This record gives sequence, C-alpha cells and structure tokens, in this order.
Amino acid sequence: MNLPLSLTINGVRREITLDDPRVTLLDLLRERLDLTGTKKGCDRGQCGACTVLVDGRRINSCLALAVSHDGAEITTIEGVGRGGELHSVQAAFIAHDGFQCGFCTPGQIMSGIGLIQEGQAGDDPERVRECMSGNLCRCGAYQGITEAVLEAQSNMTATKQRRSA
Amino acid sequence: MRIGALVRNADLAHDAEFARSYPAVAEALLSGASAQLRNAATVGGNLMQRTRCAYFYDAGSACNRRWPGAGCDALKGENRLHAVLGWSEGCIATHPSDFCVPLVAFDAVVEIEGKGGRRELPLEALHRLPGETPERETALERGDLIVALRLPTEAKDFARHARYIKVRERTSYAFAVVSAAAAFRIEGGKIREARLALGGVAAKPWRAREAEQVLAGARPDPAVYREAARAALAAAKPSGDNAFKIELAQRIVARALTLAARGTPDRIPALPGSPFSSVAGA
Amino acid sequence: MTVELSLTRDPAHIRHGSNIGQPMTRTDGVLKVTGKARYAADNHPAGMVYAVIATSCIARGRVTSLDVAAAKRYPGVIDVMTPAHKPELAEDPDAKGNPFAFRMELLQSDEVRYANQAIAVVIAETLEAATEGAALLSPRYQVEIARVGLDAGEAYAPPVVGIGNPAEVRHGDIDAGMAAATKLTDATYETPAQYHNAMEPHAIVAVWDGDRLFIDTPSQGMGFAQMRVAGLFGIPPANIHINSPFLGGGFGSKGLISGPQVLGIMAAKLIGRPVKLVLRRGQMYGPVGHRPPTRQRIRIGTDDAGVLAVINHEARVTTSSFDDFYEPAADASHTLYASPAIRTAHEAVRVDTGTPLFMRAPGEATGSIVLESAIDEAAFACGIDPLEFRLKNYAEVEPTTGKPFSSKALRQCYARAAERFGWAGRPLQPRQMRDENGFLVGWGMGTATFPAIMFQGNARAVIRADGNGVMETGAHDMGQGAWTALAQISADSLGLDFDQLTFRSGSSDLPDAGIAGGSGHTATVGAAIHNAGAAVIAKLAELATTDERSPLFGAGNAGVVARGGRLHRRDDDARSESYVEILARAGLAEVDASGSGAADAAAQSQYAMHAHGAVFAEVKVDPELGQIRATRLVGAFAAGRIINPLMVQSQLRGGMIWGLSFALHEEAVMDHRSGRILNANLAEYHVPVNADVPPMEVITVDEHDPHVNPLGIKGVGEIGITGSAGAVANAVFHATGIRVRNFPIKIEEIVMGLG
Repeated sequence: MNLPLSLTINGVRREITLDDPRVTLLDLLRERLDLTGTKKGCDRGQCGACTVLVDGRRINSCLALAVSHDGAEITTIEGVGRGGELHSVQAAFIAHDGFQCGFCTPGQIMSGIGLIQEGQAGDDPERVRECMSGNLCRCGAYQGITEAVLEAQSNMTATKQRRSA
Repeated sequence: MRIGALVRNADLAHDAEFARSYPAVAEALLSGASAQLRNAATVGGNLMQRTRCAYFYDAGSACNRRWPGAGCDALKGENRLHAVLGWSEGCIATHPSDFCVPLVAFDAVVEIEGKGGRRELPLEALHRLPGETPERETALERGDLIVALRLPTEAKDFARHARYIKVRERTSYAFAVVSAAAAFRIEGGKIREARLALGGVAAKPWRAREAEQVLAGARPDPAVYREAARAALAAAKPSGDNAFKIELAQRIVARALTLAARGTPDRIPALPGSPFSSVAGA
Repeated sequence: MTVELSLTRDPAHIRHGSNIGQPMTRTDGVLKVTGKARYAADNHPAGMVYAVIATSCIARGRVTSLDVAAAKRYPGVIDVMTPAHKPELAEDPDAKGNPFAFRMELLQSDEVRYANQAIAVVIAETLEAATEGAALLSPRYQVEIARVGLDAGEAYAPPVVGIGNPAEVRHGDIDAGMAAATKLTDATYETPAQYHNAMEPHAIVAVWDGDRLFIDTPSQGMGFAQMRVAGLFGIPPANIHINSPFLGGGFGSKGLISGPQVLGIMAAKLIGRPVKLVLRRGQMYGPVGHRPPTRQRIRIGTDDAGVLAVINHEARVTTSSFDDFYEPAADASHTLYASPAIRTAHEAVRVDTGTPLFMRAPGEATGSIVLESAIDEAAFACGIDPLEFRLKNYAEVEPTTGKPFSSKALRQCYARAAERFGWAGRPLQPRQMRDENGFLVGWGMGTATFPAIMFQGNARAVIRADGNGVMETGAHDMGQGAWTALAQISADSLGLDFDQLTFRSGSSDLPDAGIAGGSGHTATVGAAIHNAGAAVIAKLAELATTDERSPLFGAGNAGVVARGGRLHRRDDDARSESYVEILARAGLAEVDASGSGAADAAAQSQYAMHAHGAVFAEVKVDPELGQIRATRLVGAFAAGRIINPLMVQSQLRGGMIWGLSFALHEEAVMDHRSGRILNANLAEYHVPVNADVPPMEVITVDEHDPHVNPLGIKGVGEIGITGSAGAVANAVFHATGIRVRNFPIKIEEIVMGLG
C-alpha cells in the first residue's frame, strides 16, 4: 500500500509515502521522521504529551491519522524558537521550573503556545489552568507551568506592542 | 442554525453568534474534554460518542453492547457511575457527552444522508435506550452519515437564562458524574417555558419533560426547582452501587435551574460547567 | 593515604555554599524545552524493529492457545515470541537471588498470574504491524477464579515489611496505655491501589553485539538492572551498557528493571536485530509495580488533656500470589508522636495482581494519611486544636527507639506554615466557614515526615591540566534535578566555578551511583562526589605542598583550601597556586580520584534521622453537589541542607500534589470478580490536572545537621506527600463535618453525608 502525503513540518515541505493508513501523526513524527521531541504518554488523547500545532491549532497528534492531514502545516517542539533562540514560552518554562522529568514538557509548551494564540484565557490564571488541563504532569509542576504561560504571554504581548509602536 | 457535521467543537463554542444564541451549548462544549480534543473533535463525532462503560471496552468482560447475548458484567460489577434512568438488565451504560445534553433540551435535529436520501431525526431519537437490544446504540442504519445538526430558532429565546452544570471527579478534563442543562423563557416574573436535560444518567442524553411541565407557568423559586427535580428523577432507580446519583441528579437539576433563573453570565465562566464557577447556594 | 583521609574528614577546605544553595535553573532545561532531551523510546538505531506485548485479559489461569500463525502471516511481522519460542535464559526469572530480585514474567510458562501480564511478544518491521500481529493472537484461556481485594484470602503475618522492617513493632506497654486512656479514637481506614503512572511509559531499545548488550531504558538503578540482566542472560555485568540520561518520571516504578523491559532484550536476541519495546499505558497496570490497597485500624488513646497514652496502628496489605512486597503502612506511626506505648503491626493477603512495589513514599504515604487523619480525630475528640494537639505530643526523641534526632526543626515548620496560612482563629467545630459564594470552607493540617536514607554510591573526579574538572557518576535524573544539583555539589567539591565543570551522568559505564529512591540519591551521590572531590584536591595538595617550588610548600595537606581553581594557604590566603600551575609543574595531564558515599553506621545507631514538615490545606466543598476543590496549600519543610532551592520547591510541590491526589483523586478500580483493572487509562485513573492544583506555598526551614551525612542533606523527594494527604482529608472534614475513611474521598460520601 502506498499512500502519498504532503506535509509542511516546521516550515519544511515533506513528501511522504506511507505503507499503512493507521500511522498516526505522532508515530509518523517519532518513528519515521526522527522528530522525537513530541512524546507518547498514553496514545489515547488522555495526557497531552503529544500536543503539536496543526494549521496553527493545538491537537493531540496521537489521535490524528497522518493520512487525514494531507497538505497540513505541522509545528512541533523542534520547530519552536528561531535561530537557536528559545521561544518565550520555552524560556519561561526554564525560568519558572515548569517541569521536572521533562517528558510532558514539549506537549505543555506546544499547548501553551496554542493557548496564547487562541487568546481565550487572557491573563486570568484560572482560565490558563483550565485551558492547560489537557496536559497532565505527573511530577506536579503545574504552578510553574501556569506562571510560565502567563509570563510568556505577557512578554509576547509586550513585544508585539513594541513592534507595532 | 445549521451546523455542519465536521465543524470543530472549539470553533463552534467560540463562534460569537453561536455562543450568544446558545450559551448553554457553548458552555457544555467547553466543559468537555480538553482544549486539544475540542480543536479536533467534530460535531458529528461528538454525537456519535460511545459510552465510557469500562466493561464495554474490556475485551475480557461480558458486554451485550459489544457482543449481543453475552451478558452485562457491569450489572453486578463496579457500577457506581452507571445509569439510573432508562437502563435494562441488558445494559446499564451511560452516554458520556456534554454537548448532547443541552442539544436535546433545545430540540436539536440531526440531518442524515443515507441510502434512501436525506432525512431528519430529532436528536432525542438518535440515541437509543438499551432495552432488549443494547447493541443498537443509535437509530442510524448502515450507510447513514450525519451531515449536519440544526438548532431551532426558538432555542435562541432561552439565551438569557441558560446554563450547563456538570459534577466531576476532577476540576477539569473529566467525564460528568451527572450533569444538567437548564433554560428558561421568563416573562413577567413567571416561567413561560422551561427546558431541562440531564447527562450521565442514562444511555442517552435525558430530556426531562415532566420537570419542564412542573416549571411551566410557575414562579422561579427553590421550592418549584425541587419539585421539578423530583419529577425529573421520578422514574429513576439504581442499577447498582449508584443510588447517590439519583440524589445528586436532583440536586444538580435544582442548581442548574437556580443558575439559569439567575441569568446567563456575560462571558462563559473560567471553569465552564463547574460548580465552582458560580455561586453555590441554591 | 592517611593524608587524604584527614582531608576528607575535614570539609573545611571545600567551600560548599558557592554553587550549592543557589537556585540555578536546570542544566538540562534547554534540552528538555526544545525536545532534544533523548528519552529511551526516542532512540532508533539502524535496523531497529518493533516489539509489542500481548497481555492477558484474565487475572488467573493458563493460556491454552495463541494463534501464532495468524500473527506471523500478517505482513511485516517478523517473529512471535512465546513460551514455546524464545531465547534460553541463564537463570529462572522466578529465582529469588536477593530481596530486590522480584519475580518477573518472561514467558517462562503458560501460567497467568495477573491481568495485563505478558503472554507473547510480536516483533515486526513497523509498530503498526506489531500491534496488529498482537491483536491477531486471539488468546484462549483456562480461567481460574481470581483472588481480589483485601478479603480475598487468609491473612498472614509477613516476614518483613518494606525493606527488612519487622512486621510488628512494640514499644512500651500497649495494654497499660489502653487502660490509661480516657479518650479513645478507634477508626478503620482504607486506601486504594494506586499506579505510579509516570508520564513516560516503560520503554527499552536493545541492541546485542555478540555477548555485549547496549540498552536505552529509563532506570532509577542502573547497577541493579545490570546485575539482573547479567544473571538472566549469563553475561558479565560489564558487558551490559545501560544508557538512561533522562527518565520521564519514575516514582519507584523504574527502580528495578521490569519484565517487559527484559522481554525487549529477549526479542532483540531472538531475531538478532535492534528492538524497541514500549509499554502502552494500559499495560503499565500490572507488570511494573503499584501501591497496594491497605486497610488500617488505628487506635489512639489519650488522657482528657489530649496527652497520648497509646498508638496502636495495624495494617492489612495485599501482595501478589507469587512474590513478596509488603507496604510498611503502619510504620508511619513510629516516629512522629511521643506516645509511651506504640504498636505497629502488619498482615497480608495474597491476590492475583502484579507484585506491588515502592511507590513514592511507600508505607509513609499510606500510613501517614491514616495517622494524620486519626490524630485529627483524636484532637477533635479532646476538643483541642489539631496543631496544639500535635505540639502537646511533640516527640523530643524518636518514640520507638528513644534515640535523639540528628536534627528536627519541626516546631519551626509548624510555626512558620501556620503563620503563613493564617491558621490562628480556626473554629474547632467543622462546617463553620463559608466563602462569599456559599461554598463550605475547611482548614486541615498534617505533619510530614520521611526518613533520611542513604544507599551506596560512587563517583570519580578529575582535574585536568587546563584547570577544568570532570565529575563522573552513574546517577539517575528522573526529574528531581540530579543533572543540576549533583553538578553544583561537584563544582564545590572541586573548588571550581560551575562553568569549569563537566558533569557526566546517566550511564552504567560510569561509577555505580546506586539507586535513585528513598529520597536518598542526592545525599548518597552527593557524599560520593564530595569525597571524590576531596580526594582529588588532596592529590593536588600533595603535589603542591611537597614541592619546594610551590608557594604552598610545607603547608601540609590540611593547611590548604581549594577555591576558584586554586589552592590557598589556610593561614595566608594571599599565598596560592592554580590547579593549572600545579599540574604543569608536575608534568601531569590530569589527576583523578574516586569517592563513595554511604550511611555512617555509627551515626545511624546513635541518632534518628528524619526530615520533617507541616502542611496546611484549605478546601472548598459545594454544599449540595459535594464536589471538592483544594484552594490553598502551604507547607514548611525542614530537610537539612538545601542544594538547589528552585528544584527543592518543585520536588516539594510535586509531592504535595501527590498528597492532594491521594486524598481526592487517585484510585485503580478493579472488578471484584475478574481482577481486571477497569480504569487502566489516564482518562479515568484520575491524577490531578492543572485546574485541580491550587496556589501553593512551600517554605524551607533551615536545618544544619552535622550527623546525617557530610553535606547535611536529608532528601525531599517523598516527604511532600506525607502530611499533605492528611491535611487535605482533614480540611474536608472541617468543611463538611463528614469523616471519610475510604480514600480517595468520593463525591457520594459527601453528597449523602451532607444530607
């Protein structure tokens, strides 16, 4: 079985031929494209470790069949940050110690970036906590995660305002 | 309003006109699953969501839904969260959707494309109670495809008094133990019309028409809410270790009615559907 | 040699405190936030194929058939490993070589001992083909009735509990204590089975090269794993190279190599190619350990003034049908409260589950929530504030042994956390407080404690001719921050700035660092590093002070201090020489030395060594719907020297969230007939989500402990759970007046109890 598929991953267009329609986007990234930053914690959409952006929206890549996203733009943790510089959310996670073991971290960061882009939570910590609840952290770094997302969002807003000023 | 089956849950909930017209539906959507899942989940998919009954998923257990005639291991199993309404000896599973609960309250209609062409079905008739044939979960036939969902224009008349409340075992990202959607049309200090549906209590989202009748014409006050709650659960009986759900369902009905009467909040609360996003006292 | 020892015993030449004590961010932080930190399952050696385990869907019986042919016919499937077709092992996986060698299922027979046990392994070119192959095996079984739950069979007294603790401990006269008590709290509590559920599923990538084995696998104890694998495959431990730079959480479940990980090694051997095997989430509910359920009866007797007369704490626990691990739940009552009579006793029941295992604060967590709840009950029965009650019964010496504490700043913990929380003025009676929205509000507290344990660990230190240093130790970072904290200790131990140090860790090719468990890793490996650093500095000092050309000549080894890459005369700081100069003159490329760390038996026999803390919790409860939300948690902890305050905060917060989870969320639900776990997934096995976690405040109370180990470290990995679980449960009582004695506290208890 040959299933052709075209994806733009972290800005790079990739022509892929899959031998199996059951390959999830997560397994495609991890097992076939060596993009292992995205993690598999449950494979059932219950933990959020596999969160990536598809056409700018955060989704669980474990629940997405690769073939159903032909033509999509995918952003993974490897595509975040520019020219070796950390993205604001990444830097804030380090500063606030928003992780311990680090396994859920790529998913948390992608989810945080998605959340900021969605713009629904604003600077209300309660809304951030609610909207980050799809990303489990067994180490319990939630306080740092919430602080990091809020701080990064405020930094990004400030940067945007400077640019437009 | 007509909503295509492939519209994503998040897009629908955040659509300004939709949220203004059907706030309880938007709140129910946002109380379900996680932000990531809502970005992927579709309207049609959510209607077809299957039960969370563990025995249905466990290949080592007997389940009539999965294997007709096999028996129901949930019946004498670990069933504190199972159905209290409309269940049969053959199946005590519940329907897990949040979205569908306010939808049935508002008489949503499903558009189906099938072998015989296009037809419509009230959402309330889509999901089936188990009876003797728990394996038949919906009224869909082989070859049917849900193409759209319609909400009647009249449902907008409830927009000022509509809530969805959901009791969970986590603050977020958990299925409902019990939930309720309540809505009113209030005119001249009286309830002109009430809508009420419950989630997590039966194999389908449960429209509580008896309770609606109790409320119609009454003044909104705690006593009538309690009476409506009793009416809504009058036919309930425990299917196992879950008698508390009957009590809890009555209380959540009273709460949802109280909050609906108080008025739809300007903005969907920080914790959608959560008891902790509103004032507690009924 | 004697010179080295004298230096080692005199830590004054090492400036601990310049790197140590700084809230440095994680040295592996950038790797972790960019996705470049490579966890075991991220590896993909050339030619690698996939192994997927097929697991039993019965809890007890035998596999009578497997459709191997169907699986093998599936395109891409390479082979199917079964009891009839597998590589020879050199050792029976059921042999008990030592107490840490737990029996494992390596397809040695068709017997099924628990649900989710491996019954076959399908190896295929792709993950999808291996997964499909496993589904095609369609196993058939001969089923036996499963033994499930705490009443499954005859209870017996286990030989030991935990790691070699006596199953029963008596101190004082229990009968006299009971007779003297005028108020008695007699309560029976139950705690559920819990599963570690690290975010990273157990995984292994195994590559054989002749009789050498290279494995990427998360491990909290590479040395143990090496020994176990060596025994099973009949090869020298040195032939086994384990790479475990990052663990995606462990919590005890990766302390010992598990059966499924070994199956990955077997699969690689069977087909002669590199194999990756990763457990699916549902498969983690069986072969990789769990916290067993407990039923605990606790009797607390006091006089009318609330002074303890007796604590009698009995626990029934389950273990597997085929091995022995006994959760030492009642032992939590040994150390905290000064009672003239204390008895702890355990009994056990065998059930058809995987063998339970250490899970974050094993025994302490299960016992603490019960003890702290019962203490709350006893205080309430006496009409005394729970904090006052605890202070009244404050243990000045360890009650069961009479030993003095090596240090104990618990009073300061109580005082500081209580003040920060605003405990004063709390109404004694429950159900007195509401918030502005009408929710019931409750305040509860608990005491935290955890023993300061050390294992055995080693390190090797190097100072190079360029003046930079290297520290090597096969330590394990499961998130606690070993990469950072141990590097901080390393830099100080070598008298170097942090950026002059290369810290190597996470591989079994490095000196064995023992096990990352018991909250003892930083203390153990930190001591090894400290000693290795001291030894290498001693060599440098030896070179300098015996050389007439050195400004340090004649100072004697004990007469120099290492700082900033130089040795200084202790009596004249201006006279110094750099490491570069010392090594250049000696014509050496480097000097190196090893060090080890372990508990000081003499100090241990003299002192009781424990970390302590106090946790205060606020919860809100919906007065009709019964839903509970924790809204505030404040904890103060005294745990000896703090190496990295930022990471310690995270450890303690994480532990406190586990406590919250214990009280309100976590529970594995098992069908009482089939022994199947019904919520073997992260949707319905509830661990707290972000929205469950309230603003938390963690205070660390200074504690200088000269006895516990050279660095004065007690460990912070587990203490956060203890105290917190009880504090939350007690807050629920205070909010509602309902004392729930089955954990987690369920909504029905509150709904029906509120009436």
